[in-house]
Amino acid sequence: MAVVSITNVNKVFGSGNRPQTVALKDINLEIQPREFISLIGPSGCGKSTLLRTIGDLIPPSSGEVLVNGKPAHAARLNREYGMVFQSPVLFEWRTVLGNVELPLEIMRVPKPERTQRAREMLRLVELHGFERHYPWQLSGGMQQRVAIARALSFRPQLLLMDEPFGALDEITRERMNAELLRIWQETQTTVVFVTHSIPEAVFLSTRVVVMSARPGRITDIIEIDLGYPRTVETREMPRFFELVTQVREALRKGEDMRER
Amino acid sequence: MAAWELAKLLLQLDKRTLPHLWEIAGAFGTPSRRGGPPLAATLVEAALFTLRGAFFGFAIGALIGFVLGTIFAHVRILEQSLVPYVVASQTVPILAIAPMVVVWLRGSWWSVPLIAAYLTFFPVTINTLRGMKSPDPRAVELMRSYAASSWEVLWKLRFPASLPAIFAALKVAATSSVVGAIIAELPAGMQRGLGGAILNFNQYYITGPERLWAAILAAAIVGILFFVGVSLVERVVLRNIVRSA
Repeated sequence: MAVVSITNVNKVFGSGNRPQTVALKDINLEIQPREFISLIGPSGCGKSTLLRTIGDLIPPSSGEVLVNGKPAHAARLNREYGMVFQSPVLFEWRTVLGNVELPLEIMRVPKPERTQRAREMLRLVELHGFERHYPWQLSGGMQQRVAIARALSFRPQLLLMDEPFGALDEITRERMNAELLRIWQETQTTVVFVTHSIPEAVFLSTRVVVMSARPGRITDIIEIDLGYPRTVETREMPRFFELVTQVREALRKGEDMRER
Repeated sequence: MAAWELAKLLLQLDKRTLPHLWEIAGAFGTPSRRGGPPLAATLVEAALFTLRGAFFGFAIGALIGFVLGTIFAHVRILEQSLVPYVVASQTVPILAIAPMVVVWLRGSWWSVPLIAAYLTFFPVTINTLRGMKSPDPRAVELMRSYAASSWEVLWKLRFPASLPAIFAALKVAATSSVVGAIIAELPAGMQRGLGGAILNFNQYYITGPERLWAAILAAAIVGILFFVGVSLVERVVLRNIVRSA
């Protein structure tokens, strides 16, 4: 069964006499278990909106979004996905451990188990020893790791990530990419990842979904046949560059279609 | 203090306009009534009486302000329809309202905290409202992604996020509650507080201006102490939060 199944989804923002924007037009997409899907496209192509319709944070105007075979709304109430944003959105009054425990607290997991699982997750993102620190004491990359640990703490099968490394410098970003792949393999989750970095999308994904703006729609889907595990060397392989070029051309083609 | 004495010297102000600082200091040691305790003792007693009224007023006002601000932050229509009235309430001179409250409560001591509360609920309402709306929209989305109830969003996100703003308001409220309590003592005819003392020394200003000044000083000290107290609580509660700005 598909983890995410999107059928004929449209999203129109604005109503009444305000100008309307078609954020999503005729979106169809199936995501299989254990896939790593990147949504890439220019600003305003609706990739974040699409991610939020999967998470039931924005309702579609029409069409259907199923998560694990259930309507997205039911899946959200059932806590079937973890969310990571561009900014870490850590609660500054909570320690690192307290932040990772937050979803477990809301899900009424008993305290000892909560702490144990949060510690486990912090080990997974290589932040053990920082449990008692406060968010402001950590670097941007470390804060984002806390956010990932928090999203994974309740072991969701689906991870939704909205440009999670967009605010990091290139070096940290590449390291976080490798980290994320390791975590993805260890936790056996399915990832939907929004980005506007072409190399990032190619490096991480099993498939790259190319979108274009106004109206936001899917113009191409590119299989990334690089195999796993991927390492620093992967970025230097000729096939990597070919795929980067392929995604870049698909993005350009999407823009040309709009102008015509 | 130097400015005080300098102004007095340069402008040739007489004792009634501005007594010497040492005259005010001296007044604390002198009984205000013949054979009575020194003024300092009278004022400390009065200050404690007023502080009690101010404290209860502060507590009631803070609670009302917090509840109102929280409701306004959640119910947009109430915010839009009622906040103007909350603002209007503060443009009404408290001196006009105080006698009515005293009559309504038949001269009960509770009229003092109630009038003090009238001054304190306002900043707390406004800052609670602002603080409750301060969280990053993505933090709210995050809570929604956990299917958190509005109650959990309130206590785990909005309330802790609004604490810095609430404490800022509580500090303002601490000082204004003292002013409120002093004003409230006047129509209530309470002799034991600083309000009573100020009224009393007002009548004898010509013969002993330094006593009124001493009472004013005592009122200021009460306000400052209350302010410092709230600041200390704030320091403890917000010790782990470092503002990036």
